[in-house]
Amino acid sequence: MSVRVYDLAHARAGDKGNTSNISIICYDAKHWGFLSRELTPERVMDAFKHIAKGPVTRYPLRNLKAFNFVIENALGGGVTISLAQDIHGKSLSNVMLAIELPDP
Amino acid sequence: MTSRETIRVGAGAGTSDDRMVPALELAERGDIDYLVFECLAERTVSRENLARSKDANLGYAPSLHARLRLVLPACIRKGIRIVSNMGAANPLGGARATRKEAADLGLGDVPVAVVLGDDVSSIVKHRPGLKLIENGEPLESILPTMISANAYLGADVVCEALNTGAPIVLSGRVADPSLFLAPMLHEFGWAHDDLPKIAQGTAAGHLLECTASVTGGCFGWPGKKDVPDLARNGYPFADVKADGSVVIGKTPGTGGRLDVMTCTEQLIYEIHDPTAYITPDCVLDITGISLRQEAPDRVRVEGARARPRTETYKVNVGYADGYIGEGEVSYGGIDAVERAKWAAEIVKERLKLQGFTYDDFRVDLIGMSSLHDRVEIRPQPYEVRLRMAGRTRERKAAHAIGFEVRAMHMHGPGGAGGACEPRVRDVLAVKSVLLPKNLVNAQVVVEGSL
Repeated sequence: MSVRVYDLAHARAGDKGNTSNISIICYDAKHWGFLSRELTPERVMDAFKHIAKGPVTRYPLRNLKAFNFVIENALGGGVTISLAQDIHGKSLSNVMLAIELPDP
Repeated sequence: MTSRETIRVGAGAGTSDDRMVPALELAERGDIDYLVFECLAERTVSRENLARSKDANLGYAPSLHARLRLVLPACIRKGIRIVSNMGAANPLGGARATRKEAADLGLGDVPVAVVLGDDVSSIVKHRPGLKLIENGEPLESILPTMISANAYLGADVVCEALNTGAPIVLSGRVADPSLFLAPMLHEFGWAHDDLPKIAQGTAAGHLLECTASVTGGCFGWPGKKDVPDLARNGYPFADVKADGSVVIGKTPGTGGRLDVMTCTEQLIYEIHDPTAYITPDCVLDITGISLRQEAPDRVRVEGARARPRTETYKVNVGYADGYIGEGEVSYGGIDAVERAKWAAEIVKERLKLQGFTYDDFRVDLIGMSSLHDRVEIRPQPYEVRLRMAGRTRERKAAHAIGFEVRAMHMHGPGGAGGACEPRVRDVLAVKSVLLPKNLVNAQVVVEGSL
């Protein structure tokens, strides 16, 4: 059995240069601990390894029942020179939401 | 400084291409005191610098005309003051265009306070040793093709512009949250080291700077995160008190939603270390912030903290970096993906045969792998659009990509359809450096008579 990040949290992706930041926000604060345990920077790096070189840094935002994942070298050199269609990486939050985690 | 207890600061644009009608609704029905238009993306100033080099009157945001034509009558009638960075690479030119629009609208002689000094190209030119934040290399490496260098100015100089009393303040590069913080400094006289208040004001500015992102735009998901009446979504405002208390709201009677979920997404948006969001006004820490739904479409923001502002401005340096060429063509039906892949190989070989080389090259199968890659694990779609793109120093090499992709109609696998015209664009790349604030001469001039 597994659960997707999508089932527990919502997300938005932003960009600065060649770095993507993706927020993960729990619908219910009770899942924050589970995500804190399971949605590790390593797991996120693995999901993004085809897109980003990394590294991935995770910042906890307990008050907001959220995390901020900062993924470096993720945007094809950055919005101004990227060859990608989605130069800002706005759609990358959906890679995060699709990550499967062991069932809590 | 006035003695108002609460001010209402509205967000009228979060990008130059932002929708305009919600800004008018906010001006007409939002009971706001200030309307802020944030209109500069990373490379906008470079682009506008090029426009200015061709015509000295240009260089401000081209959307200025349409935007002001729409909102100026309501703003002048109601005494709503406008703050905007639509001056882009030519704030003085933007001010003149603004005054002309006002006169043409029959609004008379409207003075505009202009913020100058963000253009630091002549200063950084003499400092080739400045380190690029992105790769640690000296600025020297991009100086030969530098187009622009603009410091992100802070709320202090925008406040100074508001102090002149001009109904409109126009700037070039100013940090997004600073545009919103400035009216608070002006009204309440907050000192730059009154950090709890500067923090609250900066957090409010950050929540407002992307307009609809806090009112249900860039948010909805059918069945999971529903947004009512998204087609008529409204723009937000902040009610700010002299003690630094902040409540976010939106234009009454508009669609969308404003709640803790939408505000949380925007609060974390484009922040890296949440304990250190650096603006020219402070180093904001959002980790102590709590958001509370106080009433329908009203969210209270509490607990922002900040450390003192740094001694440097971040400077965006725009430079020419070759060309990007691209082309697209579609395949449908049986073996659509196989034919698209074959076409890509043929195009690549033809480009190579002509001796073209690329610094970066990319093949996308739109419908399969253009956003998240991993073509090998994606299900096969019924139809697919092949897109090929490359970056190069040579315009000819860039053009050849779209040319050869289009030629798939007649010289590729069977059944290619709907190729686009070859596309080529100039690459305006941006890198950044930090510049000591004491080298920058931020100042205010007024166009027109007060």
